[in-house]
Amino acid sequence: MSAALTRTAALVGALALWALLAHGNRWLEVVNPVLLPTPIEVGASAARLLRSGELARHFLTSLGRVAEGFGLAAVAALGLGLVVGVWSPLRVVIEPIVEFVRPIPPLAFLPMFLVWFGLGEASKVAFIGYTTFFPMFVAITASVMRVDVVLLRAAASLGASRADLVRRVMLPAALPGIVVALRVGVGLALFVIVGAEFMGADAGLGHLIMEGRTFFDPAQICMGALVLGLLGSLLNTLLLAVERRLLRGRTLA
Amino acid sequence: MTTGGPKIQIQHISRAFGAPGRVAPALAAIDLEVAEREFVCILGPSGCGKSTLLNIVAGFLAPTTGSVLVDGRAVTGPAPDRGVVFQEYALFPWLTVTGNVEFGPRLRARPAAERRRAVDRYLDLVGLRAHADKFPTQLSGGMKQRVAIARALANEPAIVLMDEPFGALDAQTRETLQDELSRIQRVEHKTILFVTHSIREAVYLADRVVVMTSAPGRVKQVFSVKLPDVRDRFAAEFTQYESEITRVVKEEVAKVRE
Repeated sequence: MSAALTRTAALVGALALWALLAHGNRWLEVVNPVLLPTPIEVGASAARLLRSGELARHFLTSLGRVAEGFGLAAVAALGLGLVVGVWSPLRVVIEPIVEFVRPIPPLAFLPMFLVWFGLGEASKVAFIGYTTFFPMFVAITASVMRVDVVLLRAAASLGASRADLVRRVMLPAALPGIVVALRVGVGLALFVIVGAEFMGADAGLGHLIMEGRTFFDPAQICMGALVLGLLGSLLNTLLLAVERRLLRGRTLA
Repeated sequence: MTTGGPKIQIQHISRAFGAPGRVAPALAAIDLEVAEREFVCILGPSGCGKSTLLNIVAGFLAPTTGSVLVDGRAVTGPAPDRGVVFQEYALFPWLTVTGNVEFGPRLRARPAAERRRAVDRYLDLVGLRAHADKFPTQLSGGMKQRVAIARALANEPAIVLMDEPFGALDAQTRETLQDELSRIQRVEHKTILFVTHSIREAVYLADRVVVMTSAPGRVKQVFSVKLPDVRDRFAAEFTQYESEITRVVKEEVAKVRE
């Protein structure tokens, strides 16, 4: 059996198990049937919001926030990570600050972001940027510092200037680590976007889920969560494709 | 085949490593001159500082005392007049064979046609023309080192510094690459400083063999190898040099063991 077929079978199996549990509960009423929506109800919820265009709006809102917040943080982490990785005097200054701030769970600061940036887009984008910056910065700095000194020496003996070393050796040599850092960042952005949208948002998948809670619609809650999962695997697939393109030739294939 | 004065002058170089108070000297007062187009092998027990010496000539390390002159000018850092071939190949894994070989010409912004000529010429020289589009991960160790040699030569340095370049290769490949390097040198006429711990390799390649003492390294003895350009590893004169040098090297290895 091919890998694709196995994956499909596993998904269908999981769906069947869910249907079995939900429909079985309808007969046996182990828990209140309202609390355990069936796949059909969740599908119907999705269909209803798809027709009205609401689902697309929430989906694109969340995607836009993730893209903006993550994009800003990625650019900052890459720039600062390169500078700090290359220039150790700055590392001595920045490292203790980062190591102090980094362990604070980002969600602890979410209310501060709402106070500073209001209830609009700015607070969500800033919060995602803040959350994803630190792990990406730390990973990118580390991968720049790990660049093999022999590669730098080889390039220098071929006439590379300091700028050449950064652009033509450090950046490409650190690229595998940088790509991993970006994937971690995207995962984290999806992780916290929901929290940000739970608090004072009028659109987004997190808001959709909260709305489901407010109007006591478990099917909508489950649907929102599943769409988030879909968004996550979509972005991951995209990043894997980018990774394959960027790192071609580096692994035996 | 010397023309003019010494190409490389190593003047009273010493180098110590370690924190203040616990300094371990690696090199002590090395003096050596290498003539233009001369092939000099530096031979010595492991840990004698021969790679340190090469790194100082390359400009990767600063000496604690003394200085290195190339064409009479002091070395202050790495520069394209001194190409380097490393034991660990040091190929750029994100570039193809072609990309690696044209790295130097590209840094100097040479036009594409000229770069292609350089790549073709030096890949031909090392017999890898057919592998131009491969990535380093797709090559064997011997092929990687051929690419590294082509990369160093394509940058047209006057001097090539080689740090145990064949040390990681199996015996068979090693001899093949020695043959190729000997043939390349007959075409290219570079000034070569070559670090090795193989006596056979040194006698096969060098015009002069510099035997170093165990740490802290000094020059123990210098042998001029007066053999034809194309050498026979089984000729009586060859084995004569081999056993003579072996005797001197063994004294130093014995000191390390004591």
